[in-house]
Amino acid sequence: MFSLRNVQHAYDGKPVLTVPEWQARQGEQWLMLGPSGSGKTTLLHVLAGILRPTSGQVTVADQDMMALSSSATDRFRGKNIGIVLQRLHLIDSLTVMRNLLLAQYMAGEAQDAARVRDVLASLDMADKADARPHELSHGQAQRVAVARAVVNKPKLLLADEPTSNLDDARCVQVLDLLLAQAKACGATLVIATHDQRIKSRVANHYELKGAA
Amino acid sequence: MNLATISLAYLKARSLNTLLNILLLALGVATIVLLLLATTQLDNRMRRDAQGIDLVVGAKGSPMQVILSSIYALDVPTGNIPYTQAQEIAKHRTVKKAIPLALGDSYKGARIVGTTHAYLDHYGARLAAGKRWEKVLEAVIGADVAARLNLKLGDRFHGSHGMGESGEAHEEHPYVVVGILQPSGTVLDRLVICSVESVWAMHASHHEIKDISDIANRLKDEEKEYTALLIQYASPIAAAMLPRYVNNNSAMQAASPAYETARLFSIIGVGVDVLRGFALVLVFSAGLSVFIALYNALNERRYDLAVMRTLGARPRTLLLLLLFEGLLLALIGGVLGIVLGHALAEGLGHALRAAQQVSVTGWTWVKEEWWVLALAAGVGIVAALIPAWRAYRTDIAGTLARG
Repeated sequence: MFSLRNVQHAYDGKPVLTVPEWQARQGEQWLMLGPSGSGKTTLLHVLAGILRPTSGQVTVADQDMMALSSSATDRFRGKNIGIVLQRLHLIDSLTVMRNLLLAQYMAGEAQDAARVRDVLASLDMADKADARPHELSHGQAQRVAVARAVVNKPKLLLADEPTSNLDDARCVQVLDLLLAQAKACGATLVIATHDQRIKSRVANHYELKGAA
Repeated sequence: MNLATISLAYLKARSLNTLLNILLLALGVATIVLLLLATTQLDNRMRRDAQGIDLVVGAKGSPMQVILSSIYALDVPTGNIPYTQAQEIAKHRTVKKAIPLALGDSYKGARIVGTTHAYLDHYGARLAAGKRWEKVLEAVIGADVAARLNLKLGDRFHGSHGMGESGEAHEEHPYVVVGILQPSGTVLDRLVICSVESVWAMHASHHEIKDISDIANRLKDEEKEYTALLIQYASPIAAAMLPRYVNNNSAMQAASPAYETARLFSIIGVGVDVLRGFALVLVFSAGLSVFIALYNALNERRYDLAVMRTLGARPRTLLLLLLFEGLLLALIGGVLGIVLGHALAEGLGHALRAAQQVSVTGWTWVKEEWWVLALAAGVGIVAALIPAWRAYRTDIAGTLARG
């Protein structure tokens, strides 16, 4: 589904990321592990096409990411990749409904309110469609963020530290949510985390060693 | 959902700031529109009132005063001119049309003009009711006068000496309203119009004449006076001959409406320019305020912009979003300003009507207003340019990595 080969990234000549090889198949679920500072967020950005690595090969959904123009990358990301950011970053000026419609609009997809309602219902958030993000609890906001990431039925779902700062019960809930939603749209799931609690729940692990 | 609804959502999210910017812009636009409406209408009205009048002959004095008093019924006359000399000029071969005016009296602020039917014909006056005057002391009144003083056909009123409301009344001879004119948008709307003989009759007591019905024959020619003659030339050559003829051969003077109104407008023009400059400063500061608002908002919105990029937005989508926000703000302010400007013009019109001055209305559209709207839109877009460029350059990975 995706494959990384000899990927390196450097800021100001200082290497921050080294990935010799990592391959995943469609529908697989992965944890990307590593101590903080090992480049987890950077690698997630590379997978998302947000960041173009200094060197290496990146293929996502049969697409050579290094060959895409910057605006083609934006389009590709909008249609094929869903991202749950660590700080969620819902847009507070817009309602929950519109936050999700925005994802469809920005990806160049038709705006489908029925699909948005379905996704919200599957996350038990149907009654919050007209709420503003600041009116939601953290748990609810996290579900909206997941909904926004999956509303376009992505092939690749990325999550950045989704369980940090959550108690054990919540941690399990969020993980279940991500696994279920990824399965529902057949997406490959990559969770970047240093949370030891969820290690046993996901079969595939990729360990980031930190930059050499 | 599209760029417009997203922009609108952001404008609503900081509504106080949005309101301030809209108001600032609206005030500037309203001032420009008010000036535009007032000067255009004043110009049109002045032009219409002076149409077809090439020269005014009046008593010696300020030529502008002669024009203002005789054509526009605004200033007091400079004095009277002798009937016999006026007749000579009227019969001059270069004169196609000469309309005599006898001024000096008024009724409750409305000027009484003694003249001939040619005066009504000159402005293409139509009667809304009644007929034109035939006998001495019969009067036709303008539409504004009829409305303001609530005069109807058959009503009688006493003229008083002078232009104010406090002049000595001519108690012995009441006028009777025989005709009411349709609104014409000319000076006629504000006048009470009758025969020259009626005005002479008011002052017949000076000549110890009791029976006024035959006043024209009872007065000796040297006792008769006009205030002014409105003259239309027979040919362009007259412009070179007649003014000199009038100024050299009589105690009268010739004043050119075209020249004097141009002079008047150049005097008013200074004030208009100052006001227009002030309005442009307002619009400019509104632009600056929009710029600062958008620029500051960028800081709060940098994550929003980065998130939109992760959702697939291209840089130029964010550029357009910011430009759209500036444009939307400017258009709302511009439209509000135009509405406000028209309301102010209408309010000013009411105040002027009450003061018996040349009136202005807000119920009209001047095509230059499209340019004002375009100016406002331009200001909005220019103000959004730098913020839009910064949005275009959003570094997604860097922004997201920081938070």
